[in-house]
Amino acid sequence: MGLVLLGVSVLTFFIAHVVPADPVLAALGEHAREDQIRSYRHAYGLDRPVGVQYLIYVHRLLAGDFGISIRTRRPVAEDLGEFLPATVELGGTAWLVALLLGIPAGILSAIYKDRIFDHLARIGSLIGASMPVFWLGLLLLGSFYYRLRWLPGPGRLDISAIPPPPRTGLLLIDSALAGDGVVFWSALRHLVLPGLTLGLFSTAVIARMTRSAMLEVLYQDYIRTARAKGLAGARVVLRHALRNAMIPTLTIVGISFGNLLSGAVLTETVFAWPGLGRYATTSAISLDFPAVMGVTIVAAVIYTTINLVIDLLYARLDPRVRYE
Amino acid sequence: MSKLAPPRRRRWPYRLRLLRRNPLVTLGAVIVLLYSLAALAAPLLAPHPPLTQYLEERLEPPSAQFPLGLDQLGRDIFSRLLFGARLSLMIGLVVVVIAGVLGTVVGMAAGFAGGRVDHALMRVTDIFFAFPSLILAMAIAAALGPSLTNAMIAIAMVTWPVYARLSRAQTLVLVRREFLEAARAVGAGDLRILTRHVLPNALSPLVVQASFNMGDAILIAAGLSFIGFGAHPPTPEWGVMVSEGRDYITTQWWVPTFPGLAILMAVTGFNLLGDGIRDMLDPRLRRAG
Repeated sequence: MGLVLLGVSVLTFFIAHVVPADPVLAALGEHAREDQIRSYRHAYGLDRPVGVQYLIYVHRLLAGDFGISIRTRRPVAEDLGEFLPATVELGGTAWLVALLLGIPAGILSAIYKDRIFDHLARIGSLIGASMPVFWLGLLLLGSFYYRLRWLPGPGRLDISAIPPPPRTGLLLIDSALAGDGVVFWSALRHLVLPGLTLGLFSTAVIARMTRSAMLEVLYQDYIRTARAKGLAGARVVLRHALRNAMIPTLTIVGISFGNLLSGAVLTETVFAWPGLGRYATTSAISLDFPAVMGVTIVAAVIYTTINLVIDLLYARLDPRVRYE
Repeated sequence: MSKLAPPRRRRWPYRLRLLRRNPLVTLGAVIVLLYSLAALAAPLLAPHPPLTQYLEERLEPPSAQFPLGLDQLGRDIFSRLLFGARLSLMIGLVVVVIAGVLGTVVGMAAGFAGGRVDHALMRVTDIFFAFPSLILAMAIAAALGPSLTNAMIAIAMVTWPVYARLSRAQTLVLVRREFLEAARAVGAGDLRILTRHVLPNALSPLVVQASFNMGDAILIAAGLSFIGFGAHPPTPEWGVMVSEGRDYITTQWWVPTFPGLAILMAVTGFNLLGDGIRDMLDPRLRRAG
């Protein structure tokens, strides 16, 4: 993992410092004078050799210093801290949606293979895996907010709601800690549409994997033995089959987290959600590379960590896997 | 020599029967075929030029003259979708070619060379796998400068590692096979072995991946265009069309709805086709499918 993160730093450095046509012009505008450009290049260390620039970059990264955002003129780390909780809350909701819908759908699909539920679930997961996230968000917003008024629209809270004192930055937890039921309810309702939008793709992928993993397992001898012993159907499925089917499913759950982070960029744009994704797009449009790279690195670190945790979970699920 | 040659694969008619037995795969093939036709014949099929503005009739609902209605600038949505198919399929093909060639070369080199070369190349792919794809693609596209060409490069850069892993795994299996030993014994060089013997036998999973990659590339490209890092207005690109029409979702629903539907169907088609080819090539998977 250390090696991968080192590679992540090399790649992001390369993208931010070597590839761009001219970050200086982007920051100062086209009418900057020669001496302004020179002092800017000096201030940001852009006049140093590339190797030295990289070492300085890594040194700062390790200290949690992502540089100063060109657009907001604040330390990128501060910005990230401010926008991360909204994304965590949205991504967490979407992940929960994906697990709670995807795994049961996959199990039922396997049990009722080639019956009507299976066909519907498979068509559903096929469409879910091919769905442009931003378009789905737009359709849901159009129907359930603008037309039906069943659910609230863009943003994390109703305009009339007063945000709770920030402790974790997660509105559900902060409002619960503050004992503010009105804000909690508002935050929860605001999460429904973006959570479903972001979660659908992962739901589809997880359902599909659970189904095929369950099918692999359900026809094996030990399952027949368990049934022959007279164990109840549900017990065989849940205790005997599911445990083994979860191993390949878990890999997909980890990989789908990367899809959630990618999808968050689009979902947050559609729902005006003040998270990392929207921060990344607005920064990228104004060529604010410290900010874009900050988000990219944080996303890579989160994703890599999640997959490491999943690797460790294997050992708990599968006694044959042991890590030294 | 013939005794050592790999077993011949079953002929096509058998596979075509499989195709018929699985209606969803046939649907995928039909969708892909229709989109390809639309892309090729867009200038012939489109009832109106994609950029012409009929301002008096702007935002008109679908009618006989304008089958899918008109957008906010009075352009015929159906005609724009047809020309959009050209763009999206071209993006998909360019990405598949760049990512496929790059990934396959890296993967085959890693699997064939083994040892340190293999280790180093695979660590490079690990690094690319550490990023959520759209976020890395956006960073690359932003660094190169937002344009359709750069979006294609960015998407290829985030999708090639899958080909590398697949082709490496295939190569590792193949280099141990006897027919390669035989080829080497009659004096074939490394390059000849790789191109004439390893590549053809490693191709099946790569073809499957190419079909999925087409769908992925179309989806990522539309997403990048939606947030402003791909095609720009007035280009008739589907993601741009959804983005431009988003404010009309309640009042003139057809403006953003049809372009999104075009994306959904195209991606579904390629995913179905990928599933189908995989099942045809691997009968074992048909059961679990």
